[in-house]
Amino acid sequence: MEDTVLFRKQYVISADDPLTFGEASSDIKKTLKQLGVPPDVIRRAAVSMYEAEINTIIHGGGGEGEVFIYAGRVKIVFRDQGPGIPDIEKAMQPGFSTASEKAREMGFGAGLGLPNIKKNSDEFTIESEPGKGTTVTIIVRL
Amino acid sequence: MAGIFHSVKLNREKCKGCTTCLGCPTEAIRVRNGKAAIVPERCIDCGLCIRVCPYHAKEAQSDSLDDFKRFDFRVALPAPALYGQFNPKITVDKILAGLIKLGFDDVFEVASAAEIAAVETRRVMAEKKDSFPLISSSCPAIVRLIQLRFPGLLDQVLRVESPMEIAARIVRQEIYPGKKNLGIFFISPCPAKITAVKNPLNKPRSEVDGIIPIKDIYLPLLASLSEVDVPEKKQASSFLGISWAVSQGEGDNVGGFNIAAVDGILNAAKMFEEMENRRLRNVDFIEAMACPGGCVGGPLTVENPYIAKARIRNKALELSSVMEGAPQPFLTKVNTRWLNEDLKPRPIQKLDDNFQRAIEMMDQMEKLATGLPGLDCGACGAPSCRALAEDIVRGTARKNDCIFVLREEIRSLSINLAELGAWVPQSMKRDNEE
Repeated sequence: MEDTVLFRKQYVISADDPLTFGEASSDIKKTLKQLGVPPDVIRRAAVSMYEAEINTIIHGGGGEGEVFIYAGRVKIVFRDQGPGIPDIEKAMQPGFSTASEKAREMGFGAGLGLPNIKKNSDEFTIESEPGKGTTVTIIVRL
Repeated sequence: MAGIFHSVKLNREKCKGCTTCLGCPTEAIRVRNGKAAIVPERCIDCGLCIRVCPYHAKEAQSDSLDDFKRFDFRVALPAPALYGQFNPKITVDKILAGLIKLGFDDVFEVASAAEIAAVETRRVMAEKKDSFPLISSSCPAIVRLIQLRFPGLLDQVLRVESPMEIAARIVRQEIYPGKKNLGIFFISPCPAKITAVKNPLNKPRSEVDGIIPIKDIYLPLLASLSEVDVPEKKQASSFLGISWAVSQGEGDNVGGFNIAAVDGILNAAKMFEEMENRRLRNVDFIEAMACPGGCVGGPLTVENPYIAKARIRNKALELSSVMEGAPQPFLTKVNTRWLNEDLKPRPIQKLDDNFQRAIEMMDQMEKLATGLPGLDCGACGAPSCRALAEDIVRGTARKNDCIFVLREEIRSLSINLAELGAWVPQSMKRDNEE
């Protein structure tokens, strides 16, 4: 029962239009509110998802997002075919950032994205291969 | 939830059942049986529907100008927005004198109380740096919007009493303590204040006895203004206090922080959306006003909000920017905080208390939504196709309420009918028919 996916949603994450940045996270936030998930859990899920979504955009050049809701948890997955992360441990350090000048001008790339996900999620894994892309998996318990 | 007071009401006779009001920020309106119907659990009395209704079918239930006559001693609390309603030559002193001519025994400027609220706000800001950004609690429609749509942000709401309530406390507890049959009336730009008095969220009861909309007092006050020659010097509010009537004014009062001022309830909702995503960086304080331009844009005002705003700014610039006079002695005397600070979320979006059931409903909604045209035309009486899908799942609407679905059904029915009509049973067929 624990492993039955009760609800699933997929998103195409485009890096082309700044007006759509963060839309997937906003949509899931609405879904979680409709499911009656407590505000604090929604906040943690939405913040983690938003950071991961922005990473997919500014580092991965876009990709796809998928959200699975189970009886006791929500699983958020983002995949991209970007440059990958050479040193994940280093990337996890607060303040460390490889964001481009352009991304920084848009207010992103402060080096707080991954630490923020770690802080707000219950489980967090990154699989990355330089040159191939990155997959981020976040679990927030309901 | 029958019996919950709402100021905003529908005048059924005037309502044509058009869909103009469906853009409600809490999706509280549906058109049912040819008339707009307000869902009481969802309405936050922001008055957006009053502003947009072309037939003036949305009204604010308030007290009438005659109601204050049942008190022996009457005090008017004019909102600073009132000062922007008249010709710039009419001074604040003249407006205050005009109110006395109308039959009030005394006036106390809400603008003065706003200066006291600002002092308290600065104090809370200094204490709660860890919770930044904090959200202003002065607009009651905004507080209710957060309670319903953004419950995760409730802890960041300031919980400083509104200038109106602080003014009423000063009048009742400090200026006229023990006065018998004292009636305190707020001259209001908006219906949200009416609800905040009749059905308060943050205290057992309000010290305000009645509310008179600016639009109702406008003409009588205009007439009494012409009877005032040289008014007595009564104005005690400063630049800070009267600026509170316009967007950015409260922020100017708080000063010294990074302040984002947002006006218009839909703009505020968008801001809170981004705040939930932790998208707002380097913002300490959010001044949020439900009405365009600030309180001067209230649905119960008369003058164009932007004209009124310019007048308030001009009047403010003539005044000192330090608090002086009237508010000073009351600064530490009255309670400036909410009496009940524990504000419970009211998550209207929740589909069902049972998680499993909510998931099933969510699933059905997604499926239904893909079968709807996505035009959000409102002809079904719901504000959007997604809202119709939600109403269907909640059992308050049917799929055929969508005129496009209905047309599709009629079309397939007519094809079926034509096919059946052309069908000849074997016993009736003749040799030349095949």
